[in-house]
Amino acid sequence: MNQTYRLPDEKGHFGAYGGRFVPETLMKAVLELEQEYNRALADQEFQAELEKLMKDYVGRETPLYLAENLTEHAGGAKIYLKREDLNHTGAHKINNTVGQALLAARMGKRKVVAETGAGQHGVATATVCALLNLECVIFMGKEDIRRQQLNVFRMKLLGAEVISVDAGSGTLKDAVNEALRYWVTNVRDTHYILGSVMGPHPFPKIVRDFQSVIGKETKRQFFDKEGKLPDALVACIGGGSNSIGLFHPFIEDTSVEIYGVEAAGLGLETEKNAASLAKGKPGVLHGAMMYLLQDEAGQIQEAHSISAGLDYPGIGPEHSYLHDIQRVNYKAVTDDEALEAFQLLSKLEGIIPALESAHAIAYAVKLAAGMGRDKNIVVCLSGRGDKDVQTIMDRTGGLG
Amino acid sequence: MIDLKGNKAFVPYIMAGDGGMETLKEKLLYLQECGAAAIEIGIPFSDPVADGPTIQKAGIRALKEGTTLKMVLNDIRAYKEEISIPLILMTYLNPIVAYGLEKFAEDASEAGISGCIIPDLPLEEEDFILPMLDRNELSLIRLVTITTPDQRIREIASRATGFIYAVTVAGITGARNDFSEELTDFLQNVKSLSTVPVMAGFGISSAEQVVEICKYCDGVIVGSKIVDLFHQGEKEEIKRLVGSIKGVNQNILA
Repeated sequence: MNQTYRLPDEKGHFGAYGGRFVPETLMKAVLELEQEYNRALADQEFQAELEKLMKDYVGRETPLYLAENLTEHAGGAKIYLKREDLNHTGAHKINNTVGQALLAARMGKRKVVAETGAGQHGVATATVCALLNLECVIFMGKEDIRRQQLNVFRMKLLGAEVISVDAGSGTLKDAVNEALRYWVTNVRDTHYILGSVMGPHPFPKIVRDFQSVIGKETKRQFFDKEGKLPDALVACIGGGSNSIGLFHPFIEDTSVEIYGVEAAGLGLETEKNAASLAKGKPGVLHGAMMYLLQDEAGQIQEAHSISAGLDYPGIGPEHSYLHDIQRVNYKAVTDDEALEAFQLLSKLEGIIPALESAHAIAYAVKLAAGMGRDKNIVVCLSGRGDKDVQTIMDRTGGLG
Repeated sequence: MIDLKGNKAFVPYIMAGDGGMETLKEKLLYLQECGAAAIEIGIPFSDPVADGPTIQKAGIRALKEGTTLKMVLNDIRAYKEEISIPLILMTYLNPIVAYGLEKFAEDASEAGISGCIIPDLPLEEEDFILPMLDRNELSLIRLVTITTPDQRIREIASRATGFIYAVTVAGITGARNDFSEELTDFLQNVKSLSTVPVMAGFGISSAEQVVEICKYCDGVIVGSKIVDLFHQGEKEEIKRLVGSIKGVNQNILA
């Protein structure tokens, strides 16, 4: 890939993927958002305010940390961790919510709706809504509410209304459905802060742009430390926001191998996984054409992963495209492998990763082992794992 | 597509497979007998983001019965000669994508379907499927809503085939007691911009609303209420509701 990479096109397509497959009621809002976003991009005042909040409120830039013990354990390439877990609210999600909340305020919309899986996006949304004095409604699947109690409490503490979604499997997909229905009904005064690189155009582009701060910083920091580009990048993928944030600034750097890690749940050979690329096919859901877990009749399947943030039956349109053109290698890691990596990073580095990020760690350790000691890998440590401690305790019966 | 002959139209919606596939033919014939001008046949989908609780639940029931788009088309093809009014499929896009666009259009046409309503296919994306629908003489019924700006209504109206589906609320499907004051203006506006009939839908559930709304457009589409009445086995009530259009038309004549 030597040509410059300039996607999406003006209609929001990444090759055959993306687009704006939404009910007519939302088209006005989606078109307005695109216009407003383009204006904001050219508005120095907006950019300055965003930069200020990213630095002083979110705490950027985040460190690029050489995990020496983990490197030693893997026995191959050096493993660097991009510490998105050190952001305010404990995950990369806030990179996007700060930007979108500023956009909402610019558009005069004082109400915000969002979906959340693990609760990290919900917390990040509730946080910026508190900061900017916006009303906030969060839809969250019943099952996710059960396994992410801590984040539910945090959202309420921040002044958000959390609405439980019982439909379907009570996870992220169902929360998106309900958030979209809410948006259709309240579109005139409400902005939808979508949390991942999915949904109708311009969301996949907006979220990617706001998350690209991860990759831009990484590129600079890595160059400062090693004087070159890294050999490989690794990040976990649910909808795909932390990964596209890390990957995007490196897409044209063809020497850099890029790995996206989907959740294999109980295994790719079972029905219980969330590996949309490995096990799905292209289709339309939540406003975009993308790879989806679906049956022959086009009904969307329920995804499964131990991690609530990866528990989604689709993968964003840009990832779908990068998969087809083979710029990014997509792999899958099981619940068990992620759990093992969760404990490994905790013990070796004193860093408790989110279960989502543990998928990336698990793959990175395998990848590093097969690479020379003169090679370097950067892993996006997308969030911290405090929220998952209960899940781990239930699963392992404590640590004994 | 719908021949109004100066009359107003009542178009009921049913969920295919709700109550079992074997009830589909019976329901279609019954609605035809009750005086429906056309029938909208819903295809169940796992993630119906434009639908409220009534149609969501009906969709779940239909999916539990194993209903698929293919089954519905096969079923209807077998008795299409018995149905003289237009049949319109209402389906989200993904079941069509999974079916294969060309194959879907051919099979739908062969089953005697007149047109499709695809709630997650706005103007910007319709080229995706339009050539296949055109080749098979299927109308794409386009929606305009109370949030659609005038210029956009004009653009949609200029492409319209069959009829325009005017969504009466900013929201999802489901019975409502009240409509906003803007509704009258909205319907009159759409009507003035359109060269094809304008049918109002979403939220309409009573004979009184049918009479009121028909003053400003060419007819109504009633979904959730009809679905609910079939589910409750209230067939007489359906006859009364669909029949309310006869009163409207007699008043026009008088």
